[in-house]
Amino acid sequence: MSAETHHTSLNGLGNEVLEHTGVKINHCYQCGKCSAGCPLSEEMEYPPSFVMRMLQTENPVLEEKVLRSFTIWVCLTCEMCYSRCPMSIDIPKMMDFLREKSLTEGKTNPRAKKIIAFHKSFLDSIKYTGRLYEIGLLVDYKARTFKLLQDMVLAPKMLARGKLNIFPEIIKGRSAVASIFNKSAKRNT
Amino acid sequence: MILGLYPGCSLKGSSREYTESVLAVSEACGIELIEIEDWNCCGATAAHNLNKELSVALPARILSLAEKQGMKEIVVPCAACYSRLTVTKNELANHPELRETVTKENNLDYKGTVEVLNIIQMIDKYVTPDLGGRIVKPFDHKVACYYGCLLVRPYEILKFDREEDPMSMDEMMLKAGAIPIDWAFKTECCGAGLSVSRTGSVGRLSGLIMKDAADRGAEAIIVACPMCHSNLDMRRGAINSYLDEKIDIPVLYATQVIGLALGLDRKQLGLQRHFVAVNI
Repeated sequence: MSAETHHTSLNGLGNEVLEHTGVKINHCYQCGKCSAGCPLSEEMEYPPSFVMRMLQTENPVLEEKVLRSFTIWVCLTCEMCYSRCPMSIDIPKMMDFLREKSLTEGKTNPRAKKIIAFHKSFLDSIKYTGRLYEIGLLVDYKARTFKLLQDMVLAPKMLARGKLNIFPEIIKGRSAVASIFNKSAKRNT
Repeated sequence: MILGLYPGCSLKGSSREYTESVLAVSEACGIELIEIEDWNCCGATAAHNLNKELSVALPARILSLAEKQGMKEIVVPCAACYSRLTVTKNELANHPELRETVTKENNLDYKGTVEVLNIIQMIDKYVTPDLGGRIVKPFDHKVACYYGCLLVRPYEILKFDREEDPMSMDEMMLKAGAIPIDWAFKTECCGAGLSVSRTGSVGRLSGLIMKDAADRGAEAIIVACPMCHSNLDMRRGAINSYLDEKIDIPVLYATQVIGLALGLDRKQLGLQRHFVAVNI
């Protein structure tokens, strides 16, 4: 019997993941290699294999916990879990989907505020100039998080080493890039 | 030999010494690198964390520009950009409906004809064949080759080197006269995009990497990714405070090592820009 027919399909969030990403959560047999290899496991409330199991239960309460978890935001998408999974389940792809859904539905974990602020500052920077402007990114991030003093020691050292551009690089096609943002950002970012 | 170049944002700012060394080595070996005109940011981790379509559309514009500018092969020295561009090529090839949406909505001509090379592939293909005769100052030091995540994972898409114990950079370092050591953290994550938002996590993850390299006698850590470099070099303060000891092993880009072995000027390779002094 092939793996394709051996498992029944999931309902609920697990099925949504399958429909949007092709990732088959029901193929997970809880060997735990993903959680063992994950460099951030110890900072997560639910390591990757726990997330898989929670979604396998089809229990809406557990699904909600996943969407509101810190886990999905602290995941670095380092791809270690995927490379070690004996069933080749693309867990990082699932995480991307869960993050986007969590953001869209306003369910982001409060502890992930700084991580999300950084992503948003990063995208805002490239939306307006086409390329990342590192000083702009840091200023925007500080404004979002009120971490005004963070990395203040680093910045002058970076400047002295020629590692920071004072002015942004603005590309000719910045309106094309802004349009890419507007088209794909129907819902969030 | 003329190749396209996608530098990416880091290589224009905080990791400009990577660009300097890539250009210096290429020039010394008769390779002309032409920057893709009007390139944009690939979207990096931020885009694929928050918006799938955006994370494909931004690299699609880059690949489409390269095609339009007549490029057959592009070198992407940043491992993260290399990953985003390669993943995008793969997504667009395997999902016609996504390709249709992304190209139509954004008026992109996209055929998928451009080959994307990471820095190791570029050097293996165009530099190494003639390298032997050009080495004037073998880099005679014990080195820990640190591949990180995105250069080798996921194999299903990148099809580049082994995921657990890659050897391509080790072999390259051997050719430059270095002695690559066997160690356990070749492909462990440095903390990547959490550098600013969770510096403590980066201190821990990069600390474990530094510690293993130090314990096994590495004199330098060799990288091929600006994020790995900035976490291991610029964040050395966070690393040392996590380890509660002072480790002063320098972190060099693979291209800086090749440049040194070719006898190029240290300044031309940007070695003075590092936070942890390169005294070897």
